Amino acid sequence: MAGIIGYGVFIPRFRIKVEEIARVWGKDAARVSSGLGIKEKAVAAFDEDSATIAVEASRNAIESSGVNPDDIGAVFVGSESKPYAVKPTATIVGDAVGASPVMTAADFEFACKAGTTGIQTCMGMVDSGMIKVGLAVGSDTAQGRPNDALEFSAGSGGAAFLIGNDKPIALIEDTYSFTTDTPDFWRRQHAEFPRHAGRFTAEPAYFRHVLSAAEGLLKKIGKKANDFDHVVFHQPNGKFPQAAAKKLGVDAEKIKTGLLTPMIGNTYSGAAMVGLAAVLDVAKPNDEVLVVSYGSGAGSDAFSIKVTKEIEKKRSKPSVQELVAEKEYIDYALYVKHRQKLKALGD
Amino acid sequence: MRDALPLIWRKIPERYTLLGSHCNNCKTDYFPQRTICPHCRSKGKLVDKQMPREGKVYSFTEVHSGPAGFQHETPYFLAIIELPNKVKVLSQLVDSSKDKVKVGAPVKMVFRRIFADGAEGVIAYGFKFKVVN
Amino acid sequence: MRKVSIIGGGLTHFGEHWEISFREMVAEAGAKALHDSKIEGKDIQAIYGGCMASGRLLGQEHVGALIADQLGLNPLPSTRCEAACASGGVALRQGIQAIASGMYDVVAVGGVEKMTEVSVEEASLALGGAGDQEWELFNGATFPALYALMAKRHMLEYGTTEEQLALCAVKNHANAVHNEYAQFRSPITLEQAMNASVIASPLKLFDCSPISDGAAVVILAASDVAKKFVDEPVEVIASAQASDSLALTGRETLTSLKATQIAAKDAFKQAKITPKDVDLAEVHDCFTIAEILAIEDLGFFPKGKGGKATEDGETALNSTVSVNTSGGLKACGHPVGATGVKQAVECLWQLQGKAGQRQVKDAEYALSHNVGGSGATAVVHIYKKL
Repeated sequence: MAGIIGYGVFIPRFRIKVEEIARVWGKDAARVSSGLGIKEKAVAAFDEDSATIAVEASRNAIESSGVNPDDIGAVFVGSESKPYAVKPTATIVGDAVGASPVMTAADFEFACKAGTTGIQTCMGMVDSGMIKVGLAVGSDTAQGRPNDALEFSAGSGGAAFLIGNDKPIALIEDTYSFTTDTPDFWRRQHAEFPRHAGRFTAEPAYFRHVLSAAEGLLKKIGKKANDFDHVVFHQPNGKFPQAAAKKLGVDAEKIKTGLLTPMIGNTYSGAAMVGLAAVLDVAKPNDEVLVVSYGSGAGSDAFSIKVTKEIEKKRSKPSVQELVAEKEYIDYALYVKHRQKLKALGD
Repeated sequence: MRDALPLIWRKIPERYTLLGSHCNNCKTDYFPQRTICPHCRSKGKLVDKQMPREGKVYSFTEVHSGPAGFQHETPYFLAIIELPNKVKVLSQLVDSSKDKVKVGAPVKMVFRRIFADGAEGVIAYGFKFKVVN
Repeated sequence: MRKVSIIGGGLTHFGEHWEISFREMVAEAGAKALHDSKIEGKDIQAIYGGCMASGRLLGQEHVGALIADQLGLNPLPSTRCEAACASGGVALRQGIQAIASGMYDVVAVGGVEKMTEVSVEEASLALGGAGDQEWELFNGATFPALYALMAKRHMLEYGTTEEQLALCAVKNHANAVHNEYAQFRSPITLEQAMNASVIASPLKLFDCSPISDGAAVVILAASDVAKKFVDEPVEVIASAQASDSLALTGRETLTSLKATQIAAKDAFKQAKITPKDVDLAEVHDCFTIAEILAIEDLGFFPKGKGGKATEDGETALNSTVSVNTSGGLKACGHPVGATGVKQAVECLWQLQGKAGQRQVKDAEYALSHNVGGSGATAVVHIYKKL
């Protein structure tokens, strides 16, 4: 199967602490923070959106891997916070990275897992010989309605993966998806903020799909979850991945490297992919990685990945941890300004 | 200036990737692109050339009173960036804390929204710069 | 070439004129200029009008025809000249050339701008058109920002201080107190200027010229016929103009306006005088840094010494060179298309000894300097009492 030949990440610089959001709404900050397992979240600036994040992550992927942009035959951007409802982000990325015009492109939407679906699509196209290299991006500037539980977790960030056969840094040994019609989180056409089904999002939604996809994949390849060196789950908060690891019998240590939500919030389409990137930043050749994404609505894509010795030459710059560390705190007022939640301002 | 759709579209290679011009006759680089080399005129031979994406702050100002379309972004830094090939570029400086914005500070190109034609119109994307350590 | 003189001038008051329209300002300044020149409409053979942004500000183009119509001067040929904030200076130069060429004996030159019909944001956008729309305005630049970028370099390279910048404004306000046509006739202190709100650092409110309405008209005549109309015509002994890169990024330096330097050199050569001979200069102080650049680039002070010279009072009324006796763009106001023509009117009245309490003593030579945009156009004229 096709492998990962390059990857890159981008996380906006602004951070808001859970404590600051809690202050505004009179919530108990310590309880919220420990309940969600989130300390702070990344916030896109007024001039950032899922397209600019996708471009920055893609540029980091291409520059770090040395992939020739002309070889990219497909660009797929997964996002639930598109700058245009109609008009692809993928064409913006294609032009900005120099992959256009001889390429196919589209935006994918599947809540938080559209990016990993892009990876699967690229794998199919590469393996079939349709394209030499595919670029799959997961990028979001997730929006929570003010004073909604999501406001504490909805973050901004993204990751880009180059899929191909030429000297992969990691082999994708297999992938398995589990998908059903489960409305746990949605945003209706023209609605500004998503709605969610509260505690319904846990058992019948996140856990059922994540665990089913993981178990399906493990059964298919004849492995146990704890056989992997690193495990990355979709991370809507800091707690769900820990619970998923426990249920699958994965040592708690093994999810730490790929768990970024406590420091940057849930980056939606970017979340599992940023987690995988953080693992690749430190993984050793022959390390094995289990990745399970989750998108509300609902579905999970599971991947069994094996790192090669090429990783040493093509680790992405800047690293996820460098991006996490480069931050500037803003208060709620500046958060409202940058995320354009002040309706009285007009256009 | 709103509704500048053809103009925004036409400049995408320059705005997205800092594509400039190079005169094969006098070996000078230009950004933005030129049709005629101002030094060589009819003898000039202009070709496309990618500009370097890193440079230094040559001059800067913090804008507190922005024009329509930018009025809600204040205060913001506007700078002239000098690239290693001596080409100068005017750009907003973003993601750069006040104490790091200095003449001579090293900067690199980033990809950002430049402006949008209201809530329903087209979005212009392009280069901005940020101070790097 | 025939020599050319100014025989009269007329101004509207500069300021926020909610009660007068664009065309009424043209008519008022024109009528005053005709009266000052002691001529009648039938004596005029052609009209040149400077106006920068009437299309954007008022939806009104075709300003040449409008001027002829308003002054009752149809069917005279009437032409609009546009060079951003140097529109007036360029119109003046067209009028001078038309007489110097021998084509006409008497020509009217006007300048007009009505800037208060739109919001400040809209006016700023219109003015921004004087820069590079695609690569300056589109990237969030304003005119104060462009001049601030120059100020920053000047401060860095020559040690010019914010106080020195502010002192230009203090001096120009002091001069405007004595100018009945000026927008701001109240003096300001250095402290007030330094404590004003920041527009684009290091430029603060008092470093910036205002948004103004106003019109100015001068009547030009061939010097050999000028005295048939008035006793004290003022001869235009130099008219020079130069261009530079539209955008700041295309310039060799940010601490000089090359177009000013080149136009000034040409003008002093034509006039056969040196900067030392000039008694008063109306320079283009759209921002205080622009006045510092101007007094250096025109050759009154060495490069880098403009700030110090201002601080030392060398540009005050009746000092080394009296700079912006009218109050300049800063305090007299800056209806952009009118400014270049107003500068000529001030030089005329100063050389005729009619400037009242702001009169420069024994003024023999005057200079006007009008800049378009951030320095892409510069026009320099030198005048001498006949």
